[in-house]
Formats: sequence, structure tokens, C-alpha cells
Amino acid sequence: MLEKLTMYLAFPFVRYALIVGVLIALCSSLLGVTLVLKRYSYIGDGLSHVAFGALAIASVLNLTNKMIIILPVTVLSAILLLKNGTNTKVKGDAAIAMISVGALAFGYLLMNIFPTSSNVSGDVCTTLFGSTSILTLTKEEVWISGVLSVVVVFIFIFLYNRIFAVTFDTNFANAVGTNVDFYNLLIATITAVIIVLAMNLVGSLLISALVIFPALSAMSVLKSFRAVTFFSAVVSVVCAFLGIIISILAGTPVGSTIVAVDVVLFAVCHVIGKIRG
Amino acid sequence: MAILTVRNLAVGYDRRSVLENIDFEISAGDYFCIVGENGSGKTTLMKTILGLISPVSGMIEYGDNLERKQIGYLPQQTDAQRDFPASVYEIVLSGCQNGLGNRFFYSSKQKALALKQIDKMGLTNLKNRCYRELSGGQQQRVLLARALCATSRVLLLDEPVSGLDPQMTEEMYQLIHGLNEEGLTIIMISHDLDNVKKYANKIYGVPSEGSNQEGGMQVC
Repeated sequence: MLEKLTMYLAFPFVRYALIVGVLIALCSSLLGVTLVLKRYSYIGDGLSHVAFGALAIASVLNLTNKMIIILPVTVLSAILLLKNGTNTKVKGDAAIAMISVGALAFGYLLMNIFPTSSNVSGDVCTTLFGSTSILTLTKEEVWISGVLSVVVVFIFIFLYNRIFAVTFDTNFANAVGTNVDFYNLLIATITAVIIVLAMNLVGSLLISALVIFPALSAMSVLKSFRAVTFFSAVVSVVCAFLGIIISILAGTPVGSTIVAVDVVLFAVCHVIGKIRG
Repeated sequence: MAILTVRNLAVGYDRRSVLENIDFEISAGDYFCIVGENGSGKTTLMKTILGLISPVSGMIEYGDNLERKQIGYLPQQTDAQRDFPASVYEIVLSGCQNGLGNRFFYSSKQKALALKQIDKMGLTNLKNRCYRELSGGQQQRVLLARALCATSRVLLLDEPVSGLDPQMTEEMYQLIHGLNEEGLTIIMISHDLDNVKKYANKIYGVPSEGSNQEGGMQVC
């Protein structure tokens, strides 16, 4: 088994996948805590479908750099969803559901009307479940993921106190003069960027899992915000690492294997939390 | 000298006012209550005073060098907070956020202030406990300690006793009364007129549709 592993690790693309996988897992779990607590667990799902729709448009337009369309569209949707929150006619969860399903259907429709390859359903499957894309990462993509992850981690460390304040009580933070709109905008933008990055890793359907499972695991056993944030980052990194290794050894799809490991760990944490009361 | 003057104010959402012709003046050291039925626009008025929403018309003036962000606010609890994984200390410390300025982390002075307020509210042995495990009365005291970190002058309380049993309600009123005696100006929203009359020195009644209750100022 170890031999097989060392053999695979000799390939640069396997090492790239491990590095990027762990970094994205780290970022998504940091944000996950805030999103779950703000009652936005489903925003990952909604935005990933928007990204899927944008990807379909980019493919139809035959763009070489698809990010030019995907990133702005996803960031814009994130801002709209998080900004309006509960004060609009369409409530937060309904708005997410609407955009999510709409973008998914629209993207699939576009891909079928203007097929870019002979195997449309194969393409769709790849984008949704990210079955192979993580193994075709280029060196540049690894660098981009690395730089962005470092930026996210630094933002999170330095703005930790304010992110906590805005997450726990927006009204209080606003009343004592914290620029709540700015921090919500920042959280929305980072969420969108991470989701677009994570599409390469687990595909758009499984991104929600990366966002919510580590946070929920941590919340079921720990009792302070700092501990929850720290533990969910550790859980996410460990699960992503194990998931990728298992998928290499067992030949299973990368994204779903990572999520499966996350689910198992959540179950364990949940039981521990129940026993401790 | 008045620390807060409200003249001919109309409050509401999206330029539609729910409450009009509001006039009052609050002086330092007052125990000021805004009383009215549910849905009469009390919370909207309070949010306007805090600057969370802008007034439809009229004006709010802060006097005596009071800045809006120096008002300590005790909001009503939200659903999301009830199962929030945060320790008592973390929540109280977040009351110091208006003193952060351009810094990223809390100073040791601010941490000491948070511990002092925790002690003052009698929460020292619950300092590291999780907020969601506390009783309703304890949770209110945590939020009060947080508000005290944000202010040394004015406290704004939105229905501070809602959802508390009679004994905890009495304790809460005693706590607030004590703070007022120490020199803090109290502005409180309530629909519990009987209890409010015991402590407040000024009461502003919010007129409500359907009933004959008169709006306006009343000095006790």
C-alpha cells in the first residue's frame, strides 16, 4: 500500500492535487463556521450552481480563460444574496433556492443547445462532481490557489474579532459603529472566490459539504467560537488529506471520497457531543 | 443638558412612516422609558435613534459630546444566537469593538474591562461557559455586560425582560436600576407599564391605533 502511495506521490499532478485540496478545504472551513451560524449553509450550493451556469456560458462563448466570466458572476450573486438577507420580499433561503436551481437549469440548457464536445453528459458530470479536474491542475493553478488561500487565512486572522462580532450580532455591531456592510461584502466576496476555486476540487455539487460539514462537526463538540473555528479548520484539512489519499489508493472519485470522510467524522463528533451532553 | 433631543421625528421603513410627531428630550442620568403596545413602532424608533435605519423626517440631535457609537445597546435576542457556540467571555469582549479603532486585536486594557463587567454582572464563574447553555436571565446579563463594555454613559435596552420569569424579571429591573443610580442614562423600551412606573423618571407613551391611549411625554 505504502509502495503504491509513494509511486503515485512521485507524479507532480498528485502532489498538486494534495496541496490544492488541503488549501481549499482549509479556506472553506474557516468561512463555513460564519456561514452556518448566519444561517447561510445553502449559499455554497447556490453559488456553485451559479458558477456552473457561468461556466456553461463561458464554454459556449469558447473563451480560453473561463474565469473572466465565472468569477465576476459568482461574486455578484454572492453579494446580492448575502446583502439582502432577510429584508427583501424574497427571503434568504428562497432567494438561494431560486438562483441555485435557475442557474443549474440554464447552464445545462446552454450546454445542450450549443454542445462544445460530443459527450455533453460526460462534461456536465465532470463539472458537477469534479471527477477528474483536480488531477489535471497546472502549476499556475496551484500557485493561484496557494496565494488566495494565504490571503484568506490572513484576512480571517486579522479580522477575526470583527467577523465574530458581525456574525454573532449584526445589529449590535452596527449600533456601536462597526462597518457591517463592508464586512458582509467581504465575507460574500471571499465565499464566492473560494467556491469558484473549490469547483476544481470537488465539483459544484459537493462544495456545500466542504463548507458545512467541518463547521457542524466542530459545533457539536466545542463551546467557544475560537475553538470551533480552529477545530473545523483542522478537521477539514485532515478530511481532505485522507480523502485524497484514499481516493488514490482505492481508485474512487476524489470529491465524493473527501465528502464521505467529512460525513463519517461528523457522525463521530455528533455521537461524542450527544454522549457528553 | 440634554444628551439626546428628538424633534418632530417620523420613523419607518422605505420612507413610509409607522410613527410620527415624536418629540422628547433626554438628559444625563435620566431613566427614560418608551412604552407602547406590540407593533406600535417602538423598536423602529429605537433603531432610528441608534442609526440602524434613517429617519423618514425630523431630527435627532446628540448633545454633550455624545457620539452615536458610545451608546450601549441591548437588542432583543435573535434565533441564530440561541444555539451560537461562543463563550461568555468572547461575547462580552465583543462589546469593546467600538474601541478597536484601526487595530485588529483587543488590548489588555479592553480584556480587563470585559472581565470587570463580567464580574459586575455576577457571571465570573460562568466566564468560560457556552452562551447556549445558559438560562434566559443569564443570557440577558451576558448581553448587558457586553453593552456596558461599549458605553460608560448611555444604555439602550430593547424589551430587556421579555421571556423572563417573574423572579428573573425583578432581578433584571434591580440590575438596571443599580446602573442608573451609578449615573448611567437608561433608555428602555417596554410594554410593561406597571413595572416601568416604579423606576422611570420619564415615560414616553407611543400612541397606538385602535386604542385610546394618549401618546406623549409623562414625567413621574
